Amino acid sequence: MAKRIRIEPSKCIGCKTCELACSFKHQGMFAPSLTRIYNEVFLEEASFITVTCQQCDDPWCARACPSGAIVKHPDTGVVEVIEEKCVGCRTCVSACPFGMIKYVEYKQKADKCNLCGTDYPECVAFCPTGCLTFEEEDAPLRNKILNYVNAVKEGQVGV
Amino acid sequence: MLNGWIGNVLRINLTKMTYAFEPLNYEWAKLYLGGRGLASKYFYEEVDPKVDPFSQDNKLILSPGPLTGTYGAANGRYMMITKSPLTGTIASSNSGGYFPAELKYAGIDLMIIEGKAPHPVYITIYNNQVAIKDASKIWGKNSDEVEDYIHSVFHRDAKVASIGKAGEKQVLFAAIMNDKHRAAGRSGVGAVMGSKNLKAIAVRGTLGVKVADRLKFREAATDAFRAIKESPVTNAGLPAYGTAVLVNVINKNGLLPTRNFQDDVFEDAEKISGETLAKTLLVRNKACMSCMIGCARVTKLVDPRYKAQTGEGPEYETIFALGSDCGVSDLNAITKANYLCNEYGMDPISAGATVACAMEMYEKGIIPQSDIGMPLKFGDADALVKMIELIGKREGFGDKLALGSYRLAESYSHPEFSMTVKKQEFPAYDGRVAQGMALEYATSNRGACHVRGYMISPEIMGVPEKLDPHSTENKAFWTKAFQDVTAVVDSVGMCLFTTFAININHITNLFTSATGLDYSVDDMMKAGERIYNLERLFNLKAGIDPSQDTLPKRLLEEPVKQGPAQGMVAKLSILLPEYYKERGWGSDGIPTQEKLKELNIA
Repeated sequence: MAKRIRIEPSKCIGCKTCELACSFKHQGMFAPSLTRIYNEVFLEEASFITVTCQQCDDPWCARACPSGAIVKHPDTGVVEVIEEKCVGCRTCVSACPFGMIKYVEYKQKADKCNLCGTDYPECVAFCPTGCLTFEEEDAPLRNKILNYVNAVKEGQVGV
Repeated sequence: MLNGWIGNVLRINLTKMTYAFEPLNYEWAKLYLGGRGLASKYFYEEVDPKVDPFSQDNKLILSPGPLTGTYGAANGRYMMITKSPLTGTIASSNSGGYFPAELKYAGIDLMIIEGKAPHPVYITIYNNQVAIKDASKIWGKNSDEVEDYIHSVFHRDAKVASIGKAGEKQVLFAAIMNDKHRAAGRSGVGAVMGSKNLKAIAVRGTLGVKVADRLKFREAATDAFRAIKESPVTNAGLPAYGTAVLVNVINKNGLLPTRNFQDDVFEDAEKISGETLAKTLLVRNKACMSCMIGCARVTKLVDPRYKAQTGEGPEYETIFALGSDCGVSDLNAITKANYLCNEYGMDPISAGATVACAMEMYEKGIIPQSDIGMPLKFGDADALVKMIELIGKREGFGDKLALGSYRLAESYSHPEFSMTVKKQEFPAYDGRVAQGMALEYATSNRGACHVRGYMISPEIMGVPEKLDPHSTENKAFWTKAFQDVTAVVDSVGMCLFTTFAININHITNLFTSATGLDYSVDDMMKAGERIYNLERLFNLKAGIDPSQDTLPKRLLEEPVKQGPAQGMVAKLSILLPEYYKERGWGSDGIPTQEKLKELNIA
């Protein structure tokens, strides 16, 4: 199984450090407007949701790209923009149903999460609460299943 | 080329309804860092210290620091600088949330607001596009409503700072709220904003903050981050219980002010503790921009007396002011009163402490019931909630309470019942018990305050080392050091709470790698001292003479009645001369020419 950024929303405190770490590493400055991972804060609901590219198996962005600039690596499964080939046409931006690829004006290229290439993902390294992890197994999913299982188990008591 | 700072000052003149960008004065930035320091320098140069705080000649400066908008150590703060209508001193009030960083992302280091708008307005900023707009639709609304309105008419992702009714009506301790529930709470900065007919400031920024040396900055940030994650205060106590973790700690040490400082041990502390809060009202904890602590409390209040509501708070200071200081042990009522303070936009410390002062004067028969319109006894939770509401609206007796406890007590010819320094109410630690804190209260540049030199940290919590709270020994040295380092923290744009875990070395490393200035730790401490002295100079010129570096009679003469510190008073007559000497000031408390020259002020 390939490693992915796993997200456990219940652990998020809405500090946006992931956005800062991402933009600092990849854009050279602290600029949430240029991040590849998004931490949204819903003040009223006390809800903090983080999303990023999930490196689709059959990526819409890659399919749509007319210049073959987006490739999915066979080993890691990472979907990456080859900047030399990107012509900045923004077709991928329209194609991605999740909004996880964007056009970045200063470099006139498409830009998306590549799990930091050969480095450990910077957002995960700086996440202060363990909301973000970089793992082969989807631990947050496993925890949800266990919660469900435990609820069923509780219901079985005394039967 | 210097980084960290963007290099822009946005100046808005509300009288003329005009705005202009001007280059940041980097010479001043090098001396005064940013945030509280740099804004104070601009304020000192541009505003007559004798100005009436509500006149259009008073200014309001919003100032993030060079680190605001970066990461590493909760670098998401800004300062509001103005002349305080409550104290008459220079006021700097701090807040976090997301608004301060957004100012930087819009390319703004300082925003100077001058004049007075002819009618209620709000300001919108989208990078370098600035507009001053009619606020008649949101005048009278609270911060939640204002923010929702601005999101709908301006930009969904705009960050908003605004005043509520209390600011509009110039309650002398009105706050400026941002991101709905964060507050630049103290010293009445919201009242100044209200006096300028300015309801809100909305900002959306899509630019970025650059640092001079990326590798070094990342290293410095990693060091700070690790230290914060390793400290039991910043990694366990504050995230789990928020600042309210202190209720039991401070009560056990016998300095939780109770019933307007008549007592120092609150018999019902457990009922209003952070632990109880976590078990009952807490929904989850929440952080400001770039913060790994997450001390904010998101709470849900379900009580048949009130409408069901989610909000933020109460913090420790609030629990003291609306709780023990008023003798109230009803955590739901305290939380409701806290929500009301947020909605009206006012400082819960001064609000609660003023009610506490009124309660004592009512019980002593100084304030007749006919003036208040109802009984106002210690411990009466419903009366507390009612009073907070009346203050926010400035209705009935609330109109008198809205002037703070000093003016209230003075109007009944008993100023000694006001627990204030320079007319600002004490926060939640009795200075009779922690002698360093007493000194900090007496000498703080914005009146009684805990976040100008938090001596509780060494005296009670043992950070960075344990001092005996009851002793006066070395307290002048420590208080000065804490005041100076706090001035640095407030100026670079960091949160003070990180300093439970990190020290001036971390801060210096972050600052130098961000800005590119080759400053030593001594240079940074010198800057802190410079800032402190500049504020002092402003206050002296404003007519706040050193005779006001004092404490209420109760703290100086009435011994603590119970607890581990029973019998103690604040030994200010020992502490103050030592402090003046430590500061290199004359024995009259006035900075000497040599000192000012040494600090490059004169």
